[in-house]
Amino acid sequence: MNRRPFDPRLLRRVPAARGDLVLLAVLGVVAALLIIAQATALAALLATGFDGRLDRPALAGFLAAVTARSALTWAQGTVAARLAATVKATLRADLLGAVGRHGPTWVAGQRAGQLATLTGRGLDALDAYFTGYLPQLVLSVTVPAAVLLRVLVADWSSALIIAATLPLIPIFGALLGWQAQVATERQWRRLSRLGGHFLDMVAGLPTLRAFGRARAQVDVVHRMADGHRVATMKTLRIAFLSGLVLELVATLSVALVAVPVGIRLLDGGLALSTALLVLLLTPEAYLPLRTAGARFHASMEGLSALNDAFAVSTDDPDTARPAPAPAPDGRGEIRLEGVTVAYPRTTALRDVTLTIRPGERIAVIGPSGAGKSTLLGLLLGFVAPTEGRVTVDGVDLAGVDQDAWRRQVAWVPQRAHLFAASLADNIRLGVPETPDAALAPAIRDAALDDVVAALPDGLTTRLGERGHGLSSGQRQRVALARAFLRDAPVVLLDEPTARLDTASETAVLAATRRLVAGRTALLVAHRPALLADADRILRVVDGRVTELTPNAEVLA
Amino acid sequence: MSAAAATRRPAAPGRGGPLAAERTVLRLTRPYLRRLLGTGLLATATELAGLALMASATWLLMSAAGQPPLDRLTVAIVAVRALAIGRGVFRYTERLAGHDAVLRLVADVRARVFASLAARRDTAGQRSGDALSRLVSDVETVQDLLLRVLVPACAAGLVGVLAVGGAALVSPAAAGVLAGGLLLAGVVLPALATALTRRGAAEVAPLRGALAADAVDLTHGAADLAAFGATGYALDAATQRAGRLARLERRLAAAGFAVDAAGVLVAGLTAGAVVLVALRAGVDGVLVGVLAVGTLAAVEIALALVGAARQWSQLRAGLARVATLLDAAPPPLPTTPPAAPGRTVSAGPHDVRFAAVTVRYRAGAAPALDRFDLDLPAGRRVAVVGPSGAGKSTLAAVLTGAVRPTAGRVTLDGRDLADHPAADLPRAVGGLLAEAYVFHATVRENLLLGRPGADPAELAGAAGAAGLLDWVHEQPDGWETVVGEEGGQLSGGQRQRLALARALLAAPGVLVLDEPTEGLDPAAADTVLASALAAVPAGHSVLVISHRLHGLAGLDEIVVLDAGRVVQRGTHAELVRSPGWYREQWRVQEAAERGYLALAP
Repeated sequence: MNRRPFDPRLLRRVPAARGDLVLLAVLGVVAALLIIAQATALAALLATGFDGRLDRPALAGFLAAVTARSALTWAQGTVAARLAATVKATLRADLLGAVGRHGPTWVAGQRAGQLATLTGRGLDALDAYFTGYLPQLVLSVTVPAAVLLRVLVADWSSALIIAATLPLIPIFGALLGWQAQVATERQWRRLSRLGGHFLDMVAGLPTLRAFGRARAQVDVVHRMADGHRVATMKTLRIAFLSGLVLELVATLSVALVAVPVGIRLLDGGLALSTALLVLLLTPEAYLPLRTAGARFHASMEGLSALNDAFAVSTDDPDTARPAPAPAPDGRGEIRLEGVTVAYPRTTALRDVTLTIRPGERIAVIGPSGAGKSTLLGLLLGFVAPTEGRVTVDGVDLAGVDQDAWRRQVAWVPQRAHLFAASLADNIRLGVPETPDAALAPAIRDAALDDVVAALPDGLTTRLGERGHGLSSGQRQRVALARAFLRDAPVVLLDEPTARLDTASETAVLAATRRLVAGRTALLVAHRPALLADADRILRVVDGRVTELTPNAEVLA
Repeated sequence: MSAAAATRRPAAPGRGGPLAAERTVLRLTRPYLRRLLGTGLLATATELAGLALMASATWLLMSAAGQPPLDRLTVAIVAVRALAIGRGVFRYTERLAGHDAVLRLVADVRARVFASLAARRDTAGQRSGDALSRLVSDVETVQDLLLRVLVPACAAGLVGVLAVGGAALVSPAAAGVLAGGLLLAGVVLPALATALTRRGAAEVAPLRGALAADAVDLTHGAADLAAFGATGYALDAATQRAGRLARLERRLAAAGFAVDAAGVLVAGLTAGAVVLVALRAGVDGVLVGVLAVGTLAAVEIALALVGAARQWSQLRAGLARVATLLDAAPPPLPTTPPAAPGRTVSAGPHDVRFAAVTVRYRAGAAPALDRFDLDLPAGRRVAVVGPSGAGKSTLAAVLTGAVRPTAGRVTLDGRDLADHPAADLPRAVGGLLAEAYVFHATVRENLLLGRPGADPAELAGAAGAAGLLDWVHEQPDGWETVVGEEGGQLSGGQRQRLALARALLAAPGVLVLDEPTEGLDPAAADTVLASALAAVPAGHSVLVISHRLHGLAGLDEIVVLDAGRVVQRGTHAELVRSPGWYREQWRVQEAAERGYLALAP
């Protein structure tokens, strides 16, 4: 894991942050100067106060320094927060842009979940890093340096002691932090297992209840939570020890400075104001380093989110791609010529040669994982052939403008994603400018009208996240309505009736028949109720495609 | 009295007044009160040591300037050393003691929240993944409430009082000024910070939620967006929202950090005023210094309350949710599980009878189940089929006691189902229910949930009947294979087989199998259903719920449900002979599946 306190990639990836970072550094210098000014004024004020007199200029100076520090605190916080907001907005746009650039195959599966979390709430962890840690990091450089210089001017022997002891803080901090890290890593598996147990139990509660184990499990939940406490305390004992040692180091260092100062004061060899200044300033030299160290842990989450964000969007795909060719007409012949698609672990399609004539309806069957969806992915341009090529009307799909080609294609996936927007917006996904009234034919063709009628606000009903509120049969009909509205010459359907009950299946089936009529259609069908309509049937097994003639007797 | 109290109670959100959630949580601290009190005292001692260290060091230095004999300073020198070391040690012990006490409390809260959720019989237990992780972080708020709000707040308050008292010994006037500064730093500014944080959260939360939804749509819906050429449009919308959020966050930060700026100002002004007042009052010069340095330190400690107040206002929503669950928690259970003998009694054969059972989820709504009759004596095997939404799942819910009939009766061995102890019921009635969950544990642990204490032969038998055994033997870790979070390491088919094997291992007298072959291809579905039915002990009755009609020929009776009503019943042979929904569906499905099977050699 990257444990550097500042990631220089930030400057490159978020150029807008540079100005604020410089400003933060400048403010850190000013803050150090103001600490010196305030301590100097206070030392003078108290030294005159020793004689019972009021040093008015010193009091005024002290108050001025305090006022300036107050304004500086505000400025530092505001700049840091502005920096955080800028970085988060930039990275969010970057991450989401990467999804657009890399395409859906890249984002599919586990990565989708990680990216959604990172872009959504993950990056908010940066607030703690930018507003809590980073300004403190600046201060841990500027304040010790300024204090050292000021004490050097006032009393060089004290400055010598400070300079000698100051490095002890980062050295001890690193050593002990490393120890704590080792201890945490040793326990990590155990900690995460015990920590995740509660969530697992709550998520599986209906199942526990079904087996009558729910109440018996209360004890187990308590036992595991207590196990988590014991394991956590083991690591905390070491983690807190580092805090203790650093505090003692700082205190002893201050004492090393203070004792000679006191003795010289007793001998009359030192002015009281100088002694007070040294006493007031010396702890300030050690404090920012310790605070930064203490806050580092809390900002780790933000730093690792930053690291994740940088890791994602740097692996840019071929940016220097030649200008895309215009897309071919979807009403042309589609040919796969010796196409092989190899993924890092498996080969999805092996040497597939296939011709799809315009207007042909082709059913694709085969066991799951055989490569059926990859076949559709090729035609959608989501997947590029590792070997061979896909041509439409003689034009190689690899070189064409993907968006323009996809306008010729309507796709009904196995589980369409519904967006957290109105039902109408979900239907007109491909053509956002369509007015509500123009949606009616597509809605009717997709047998969606009764669904629309049953919704409280009809077409304007807002769907929840991922289309929450609609059944799978209803979702599938929304996907069909999208395809009808698209009105494309090529339609690709990926098991449109999978997981539907028979009533929904009948409706979706009828709508599917209407959709494929007069179009070139490739239809992955697990439930062969759809096979009856096909002109040809392809069977995909283990990445190889064989053709079957429909057997009228079997399908009767 | 209580009625009067109730009427006096202000109209606060939730029940029990404005701090009800905090009170509920604090009630749970009773077993750890001594530990927490110790933590609070240690925290106070830590802060006090820091304050006294600065004050006594200043006294020492300024006294030394008067060049007294060394022995007059000895006590102070010893005090400074003791305070310097004491502060670190106090802090270390305080942090350890505090975390230990609070983690103990969190373990209790987890158990109680779980017990409260477990005691619910409604379907509210089914939550989305997001709501679940929120629940978990809600429980963690208890930890923050104590460690980051209550303990530091109590310590700061106590130190403030002691500091004012100490200053009053030197100069009552200076003590008055200090008290004023402390009130500003410790009461007014925290109140301001609370108000600002609350207002800011109310503005930011909806925007952050919308942005999270955007992120989900752009990632999980990436294929749909790309296929329909809508990626750019969605991307622009999300980027604009991110920009809006950034602007709002900047604006809120400007207001929020004004409070911190005021804190710095209050500390300095109070110290300056204390010096002024003390000098006017003719306080000794050394003590003026002590007062000034002490004031700066004391106000600094009080300012910790600003952070605590912010933390608190961020915690409140989560705390309220936890408190609702804690209030609903049943009394703690006896720690020993119920004795085993009861199990053998109720795990055997049972007779179930539905008599005119009607279920209406809402008054006035169409019934989900309408005057349903079924006789399910020991050993009988019945299938319930029908289109989705026909009432099949409601039937399973009624049978397992999750839903109570609105009218009619369900009896188990002649006694009303509701009269049987709810804790005993799953041993008699249960099995594979909708949304079976696979736990982040080993295959063995997942199976043993069905029957704790099952021997290896029984495990292998159930896994074999569900068609899982070969897969288990293929795994390098065999039975000890850990299936990932929510069974993520398993394919859909293996998951289903695991859930089925668990149900078969549980072997309740009345076995419910809700869509037992969902997610399996037709050939595998036939094999698994046949072997699962064969594995049910003689005398046990079975209720299969299925939308797939194949493989039900061997059952004693098939009931066809439509819109909650029984439209057909009989054996498979009878039903395929007579016209109706069953015959029609059978033909459609059969043609489709035979076609598939014929095509797949």
